[in-house]
Amino acid sequence: MPTEAPAGAAAGEVTYLEAIRQALWEEMERDPAVFCLGEDIGVYGGAFQITKGLFEHFGEERVLDTPISESCIVGVATGASLIGFRPVVEMQFGDFISCAFDQVVNQAATLRYRYGGRQSVPLVIRCPCGAGVHGGLYHSQLPEAWFVHRPGLKVVAPATPYDAKGLLKAAIRDDNPVLYFEHKGLYRRIKGPVGDADTLVPLGVAEVKRPGSDLTLVTYGAMVHPALEAATRLADAEGVETEVIDLRTLAPMDRETVLASVRKTSKLCIVHEASRTCGVGAEIAAFIAEEAFDDLDGAIVRVTTPDVHLAPFSPPLEEYILPNTDKIVAALTKLAAY
Amino acid sequence: MRGLQLTDDQLREMYDWLRLSRAFEERLALLNRQGKLMGGIYSGIGQEAITVGTVYGLRREDFICPLHRDLGAFLVKGVAPGVLMAQVFGKRDGLSRGKDSYLHAGDTTLGIFGNTSMLGSNLPVACGLAYGFKLRRQDHVVLAYFGEGAANYGDVHEAMNFAAVNRLALVFVCENNLYAYSTPFEKAFAIPEVAVRAQAYGFPGVDVYGNDLLRVHRVAQEAITRARRGQGPTLIECKTFRWHGHSEHDRASYRTQEELIEWRARDPIPQFERYLEEKGLIDEAGRREVTARVERKIDEAVAFAEASPWPEGPEALEHVYAD
Repeated sequence: MPTEAPAGAAAGEVTYLEAIRQALWEEMERDPAVFCLGEDIGVYGGAFQITKGLFEHFGEERVLDTPISESCIVGVATGASLIGFRPVVEMQFGDFISCAFDQVVNQAATLRYRYGGRQSVPLVIRCPCGAGVHGGLYHSQLPEAWFVHRPGLKVVAPATPYDAKGLLKAAIRDDNPVLYFEHKGLYRRIKGPVGDADTLVPLGVAEVKRPGSDLTLVTYGAMVHPALEAATRLADAEGVETEVIDLRTLAPMDRETVLASVRKTSKLCIVHEASRTCGVGAEIAAFIAEEAFDDLDGAIVRVTTPDVHLAPFSPPLEEYILPNTDKIVAALTKLAAY
Repeated sequence: MRGLQLTDDQLREMYDWLRLSRAFEERLALLNRQGKLMGGIYSGIGQEAITVGTVYGLRREDFICPLHRDLGAFLVKGVAPGVLMAQVFGKRDGLSRGKDSYLHAGDTTLGIFGNTSMLGSNLPVACGLAYGFKLRRQDHVVLAYFGEGAANYGDVHEAMNFAAVNRLALVFVCENNLYAYSTPFEKAFAIPEVAVRAQAYGFPGVDVYGNDLLRVHRVAQEAITRARRGQGPTLIECKTFRWHGHSEHDRASYRTQEELIEWRARDPIPQFERYLEEKGLIDEAGRREVTARVERKIDEAVAFAEASPWPEGPEALEHVYAD
């Protein structure tokens, strides 16, 4: 890697953005079947500079600048995956994946099934997503639930540099289509340690970020950070201990970890930045109601963006709708009172 | 025919494929009338010269991305008739093990990609296959099929442009059978033919009479040679006509009887037979022999499909993910 890049785990903390870049770099070095494609990812280094330096090192064929053709980009990844490649698509903004919806949900997602299990589709679609960056309606969306609803796809949403790197490396080595939702708001804001070239974070495994015996809070992506702040604040102020679970992978979901925590605490709060109805939280609430109804001592509480478009542009509007630490503290306080 | 250099045996082989494709589809129509098939059967009867003419002579490693009416392409590229029949029957020995219908499954080991019902969405995938060959410096080609109906779907535009920009070894084969389900060509296009669009992408577009096997084959071979040499894609528009409705339930009342009679007179099979007769490669006895051989293969395929077990219900839960 270029000298300006932190040289792996030993070098200490890196940004979330740098963690993603390291994962791409290391996997491309390790496996010639891995290549990247997307809009402006080559010479320019990507809209967020995540692929910066890859073009110079790996060449224009493995860091492919494409026309603005999202559907075709995903189709190309699917085609190449059929003959042994492991393509990594960059959607310039996750919002744009709606332009490729058919290629994702009908072409890639169903391929193994309709081939009777005789074909794998190893590809990754990186989707810079998330609000809180004054991006307006088409540069802020969090469309993960659409894809969680579609069997055949894996969906991940890392919250930390460590997971961003380890999950992306695991996603690239996975034999299924994986949608990787990286939160734009974390790119340069969050720093932390990362694993080395051989460290993977397995898909489908949640992490308990903070143990607690009174409440369970399930979240993922950028919301992990305000959730942890809220848990700390509540513990300090009220002595209420909240267990915070970062799902990390949304499909397949680590239901066991959530279930075990709810059985312990008997109270569940779900936090996500995406809008409410049929969001990931709805599924968590439903399966907990099915599996742990007798364990619950209170209503399941959700803190989400209401059912409005993500995200209104003016700061007062955006701040009004997005979940934040205060809103989470309020919900946890209410839940603790049950 | 000039430039083809097909041996007598190859010509006979192509004739066999034409006849097998036709007989297979006629049998499907019969089985459907007898109520023995489920779902949609999308007949390609009348269009076989396109699939046989383009697929014949490809390498095993070359890929085809056929559409729902290209059953013959699966046969020529190497799918056993019994397996294909089991696929149509929804049995466990089909390509899809009963998971999906008709021609949605493929076989990568044979170089066949099976598309979804979103016609035209196979073209971006074809670009990916061809891009993979380019990355590996292999001179394999990809043949991607679409109807004139699908030509107006956005993926087709995106794929043609992508293929041109990257000079991919891709041959786009447009089967223009004049009707997209019920919609006639004139209602979907303000241009006289699809092939002219190639110019806008920066590669050659060729218009060919799709019911002439050898003409289709020659044009395809030229495009394939160009592609293998790294000279980029070609669009071949094959003008043809489907004899049956969009699927077997469709009586196709939207087109005239005269039209059908006219196009049935342009049946690609007798045309090719006349050519073989002139070359002294076939006579009445030879024709009967091919008929018997083809019918025997179809009988065996049906027997295989009927004997193939139904999948067990819980198999519906398999193959969603690779582990």
